[in-house]
Amino acid sequence: MAKAAAKKTAAVTPSAERRPALAGQELSATGVKLAVLPPAERISLRAPEASVAALSKALGVTLPRKPKTSVAKAGRTALWLGPDEWLVLDQAAKDPLADCAKVTALHSAVGISNRNVAIAVTGPAAAATINAGCPQDLSLDAFPVGAASRTILGKVEIVLLRTAADAFRVECWRSFSDYVFTFLSEAARDAAA
Amino acid sequence: MLLIRCPYCEEERPELEFRNAGEAHIARSANIAGESDDDFEKFFFIRSNPKGIIYERWRHMHGCARFFNAVRDTVTDKFIMTYKAGEPKPAKLPGASK
Repeated sequence: MAKAAAKKTAAVTPSAERRPALAGQELSATGVKLAVLPPAERISLRAPEASVAALSKALGVTLPRKPKTSVAKAGRTALWLGPDEWLVLDQAAKDPLADCAKVTALHSAVGISNRNVAIAVTGPAAAATINAGCPQDLSLDAFPVGAASRTILGKVEIVLLRTAADAFRVECWRSFSDYVFTFLSEAARDAAA
Repeated sequence: MLLIRCPYCEEERPELEFRNAGEAHIARSANIAGESDDDFEKFFFIRSNPKGIIYERWRHMHGCARFFNAVRDTVTDKFIMTYKAGEPKPAKLPGASK
């Protein structure tokens, strides 16, 4: 991704190279695999009811209104965090902040692409691994595929998204990522045992 | 672990996601500078601290991050009901026979 960006802006040499935390770290245990996901574009979006339609149109993804749900379309995912709060992720390197900038309806969009680090937890023991530090019910009935929620893992706040029956995306703050990855690594070993 | 129903998330969530935020339904005077010291003391420091039913503010800190109100029994720690911030005190509590 960095290469593609460098080609486009060949004339401008970046003065500093961005170093994503824990880039490329992985861990495999019996029944569960952890992987630090590549960087993604993210925004924290807050908007009143009246602006939701306009923002959904600009983002190309319908902002979910139901608690604990998410909507994904073309590499972009909108996660319901609160009654007027969403986390928008974009894994296709298209900045949702630019899309929101065109919207005149009242809203607040803050770019947090580099604030968060995402860790994928996959495998049949994925739910058990996360449940080592997360008190939410992660059974498929209570937390189906596509469910998303801000919650806690051990001592830190995370945003949890179920991407498949046996796959989760854990979003945590960059400075907490070391703790979260270590916590999940220990939990993965326990879940495997 | 206690399960607390968040009226915004519309489901019961583990207590670790919540923070207590003191007693509910304490109205701030519109003219706070004109309050007498005694009235200000009552507003600012004096809380009912009952044995039994208490109306409290809670915040779903690590969830939807909303403040809401809860009716709790201080003897049993049982949550009787929760309702959204700004809604009036419920006239009748569920399960109340008194």
